[in-house]
Amino acid sequence: MSIGHTFLGLLESGPRHGYDLKRTFDARFGHDRPLAYGQVYSTLARLLKNGLVEVEGIEPGGGPERKRYAITDAGITDVERWLAQPEKPEPYLHSTLYTKVVLALLTGRSAAELLDTQRAEHLRLMRELTRRKSGGDLADQLVCDHALFHLEADLRWLELTAARLDQLAKEVTK
Amino acid sequence: MTEAGSADDGRRAGELLLVATALRKTYGHTPALDNADFSIRPGEVVAVMGPSGSGKSTLLHCLAGIVRPDAGQVRYRHRELSEMSDAERSALRRGEFGFVFQFGQLVPELTCVENVALPLRLNGVKRKEAERRATEWLDRLEVTDVSAKRPGEVSGGQGQRVAVARALVTGPRVVFADEPTGALDSLNGERVMELLTAAARDTQAAVVLVTHEARVAAYSDREVVVRDGRSRDLEHVA
Repeated sequence: MSIGHTFLGLLESGPRHGYDLKRTFDARFGHDRPLAYGQVYSTLARLLKNGLVEVEGIEPGGGPERKRYAITDAGITDVERWLAQPEKPEPYLHSTLYTKVVLALLTGRSAAELLDTQRAEHLRLMRELTRRKSGGDLADQLVCDHALFHLEADLRWLELTAARLDQLAKEVTK
Repeated sequence: MTEAGSADDGRRAGELLLVATALRKTYGHTPALDNADFSIRPGEVVAVMGPSGSGKSTLLHCLAGIVRPDAGQVRYRHRELSEMSDAERSALRRGEFGFVFQFGQLVPELTCVENVALPLRLNGVKRKEAERRATEWLDRLEVTDVSAKRPGEVSGGQGQRVAVARALVTGPRVVFADEPTGALDSLNGERVMELLTAAARDTQAAVVLVTHEARVAAYSDREVVVRDGRSRDLEHVA
């Protein structure tokens, strides 16, 4: 999962301190793996260097934890592009997709569109694997089947999430 | 064939064979289709997916002229289905359309070869010729050995292959398949899909494939998702 893009998505709703970003990230997306402070500040330093965030204000006392970060126009364009771009279908995508769906809902973008775009990408790969399987030997068939079953599981998750979007929107925006 | 014009008219690449626009259908107070669109070209396999109750089977029934939509149009090779008489629509379904359902729906009293020959017999083909052509299709679907058996004596996978043979024996231009592998295990389901899509592509038949299984939809060229009676063509997403 891209921590940088997730930070950008969280910053779209307003400027935050690094500590606040970490806390929100851990609560929403961290599950059992909270971010290390080093990771938080190195990510923010990179976003700053690339012009995707800016320091909006520094409180007295110094140190990185005193800075308030705000997203720039370039940052908004970057997060927009990331959300619209389907992920390369591969196993265990759920955390990235879940993050994207939640951020789309938080920032008022279409999560349904995002899920459909991803669905189309998954099916494209499933078609390719099905064609490869039809022309292949038994070993090819077994390898393709393994990938197909994983992709099918992802697709079922996409369908279920699409069916639960209204419920999820209520929960994440309350 | 029941339509006027040369046999190749509808088979030119790129030409739309069956087009539905702004279909609406309500059962009682329940809307089944709400402004649904659909189109398919000759030789194309299009998967229609969506949750249970989303309207995908109703869409298939409207496209096949089995159900009349409350509003909207279904055009098959330049003719509106709604402008045809019941007899014309029946002739269309018998001559130009083929059907495969989840449970083969074979006639239990007839042998498998007689089941496959049945649509030809109804179209006036002599028994001997009809059974010869039926046997060719059973061979193609790899179930020659069940030809003298009755449907109750064959496995689910074999029965479904017989049903596919029956759908294709008249050389239909459109095959409507509603959950054709729904009652089969993975291996049999896949073989049925391979045989169905290969045969359809060889004969340039279009296939409207209603399924809720992504692995079955992966045999299609493109996917249309139906949700709450509205359709979305995923080819144009992203």
